[in-house]
Amino acid sequence: MSHHPVQPNWPARIGIALAALAALVFAIALAVTIGEMRIPLATAFQALGNGLFDLGYPVSAIQQGVIFDYRLSRALLAGLCGGALALSGAILQALLRNPLAEPYILGISAGASTGAVAVMILGFGGAALTVSGGAFLGSVAALLIVALLAAGAGGASDRVILAGVAGSQLFNAATATIVTTLASAEQARGVMFWLLGNFGGVRWPDVFVATPVALAGFAICMLHAKALDAFAFGADAAASLGVAVTRVRIVLFAVTAVMTATMVSIVGTIGFVGLVIPHAARFLVGPGHARLLPVCLVIGAIFMILADILSRILVPQQILPIGVVTALVGAPAFAIILYRARRPA
Amino acid sequence: MTLSARDVSWGASGRMIVGGVTLEAAPGKILGLIGPNGSGKSSLLRLLCRLRKVSSGVVELDGRDIGEVSRRELARRLAFVEQQATTEIQLSVCDVVRLGRTPHRGALASWNAADEQAVDAALARVGMSERHDQHWHTLSGGERQRVHIARALAQTPSELILDEPTNHLDIQHQLSILTLVRRLGVTCIVALHDLNLAALFCDEIALLHEGRLVASGTPETVLTEETIKRVFGVAVRIGASASGRRHIEYLVDPDCYGDAAP
Ligand SMILES: Nc1ncnc2c1ncn2[C@@H]1O[C@H](COP(=O)(O)OP(=O)(O)OP(=O)(O)O)[C@@H](O)[C@H]1O
Ligand SMILES: [Mg+2]
Repeated sequence: MSHHPVQPNWPARIGIALAALAALVFAIALAVTIGEMRIPLATAFQALGNGLFDLGYPVSAIQQGVIFDYRLSRALLAGLCGGALALSGAILQALLRNPLAEPYILGISAGASTGAVAVMILGFGGAALTVSGGAFLGSVAALLIVALLAAGAGGASDRVILAGVAGSQLFNAATATIVTTLASAEQARGVMFWLLGNFGGVRWPDVFVATPVALAGFAICMLHAKALDAFAFGADAAASLGVAVTRVRIVLFAVTAVMTATMVSIVGTIGFVGLVIPHAARFLVGPGHARLLPVCLVIGAIFMILADILSRILVPQQILPIGVVTALVGAPAFAIILYRARRPA
Repeated sequence: MTLSARDVSWGASGRMIVGGVTLEAAPGKILGLIGPNGSGKSSLLRLLCRLRKVSSGVVELDGRDIGEVSRRELARRLAFVEQQATTEIQLSVCDVVRLGRTPHRGALASWNAADEQAVDAALARVGMSERHDQHWHTLSGGERQRVHIARALAQTPSELILDEPTNHLDIQHQLSILTLVRRLGVTCIVALHDLNLAALFCDEIALLHEGRLVASGTPETVLTEETIKRVFGVAVRIGASASGRRHIEYLVDPDCYGDAAP
């Protein structure tokens, strides 16, 4: 009668994990070969071998440089960013019990960019505060403001979204004020380009920062997968199932803030990924978080890598801001998800 | 022993909602909580499962202040079915019942045979085994209520707190749920609206009015014509049911209740 295997089906799980990994590697390989300079796949793998293990394949210095120093780090960061944002969206949707929750809509990304801009242009915090640190403070401030506004408005889950919209407006206005009044023309151009989402400036040190943040964030979220399931019928229901609601909320909101802030401080604000990917993932594997979270991580990563490729080839000789591409791909996808998820009345 | 409240009070927005209530659930017995709308039944039940903090007084489980018991430990002992709880998430019946295993599973534990057995047994007990894979949103109000009760049973509790479990149920299922609860042999505190069901199924009854305990004891001592008239404002005549329990007849003329209302 039961449709759930009592013992986890390890061969199937490993098979699925390997398939996901293969899809991820394939997306990265595509990202490395496609661009203004087309590079054959074989050359890409040789360059990878050279860069990682010093294998000494005959790859031209220019190609080696483009692949290893530029495209590979960019593709990896796009993957980490997409995975982390999708994960954050899934966590916020579960904790706030609102299908529209995600870092961008709740103003967490806007708060992070205000914090980052404050450090970049105002030199806020002196040498003690890095751009990522400023972004983190900004995202926490945004989260607190949204929480206060939502609680003041009665705390219902739809209020959270309204509070998020208000918070985003506030932080975007703050960012715009800082940039227009205090930045030099050159700073302002750089900041605006970064704000729209841009993987162009990504280098290896960024990957070394984003990797531990995304992976540690993922691990912490996975430890809370069962607690997140228990939120289905609300915080009281979760508490009566033995979940330490306050602690879980604080830990997971902090994880979301750190992941979002890290990604925003490196690549700017990118919307839609946190919204669309968790819904797509739920559509594929159902609402249980033990499966949903890893699937979000992988699909988010693949989606962002592909979106980055599109941003480079959609308009010849130009690079579109990544946020534009995620919205172009994400909006119709979201419409389809909404349509197909209509539940029988 | 088991679950008891001593002089517990709780308020919100500067208003007293539960005021100095003392009661005790006898082991393996059913304690019924009755009272008009807004009398504080749900609020008191939330205090008893530590979903709200008492502003004074103490709730004890086996003589231990439940404020000092961890949530997880509490959830293995005590299960709660809310008056109404729903979700936007696309869950199936068994997904919901599986949630009841949450307090018994570690963060990394995988689903095991004991979990599966508890879920199947709980579903069978509320007669919903065939609906294992049906979507939550397609269930009727009464079926949802039964699934919630199955979820609570999957927690394998020794104390069960139910807030109007017969809400939405047809008469057959009202009777079968309460019969089921009696047969479980667990200590149970249940808020009920139907005075006759309370008389029929409860070993003891506590009557709340405006947050205060007005009467408590056996159905015979609590359900009297004067008390019901005073608290509910309805004239009744008390007789005996076929089973020897109290039977309450409402003395109203259906054509002019509004005029005759107290
Ligand atoms: N958080 C709160 N803030 C303000 N008032 C509250 C709060 N919770 C409950 N109340 C009020 O306390 C009173 C008791 O509510 P409660 O839900 O406990 O009643 P009840 O006896 O369960 O009623 P019903 O039979 O309708 O379920 C109501 O008047 C309600 O409006
Ligand atoms: Mg109630």
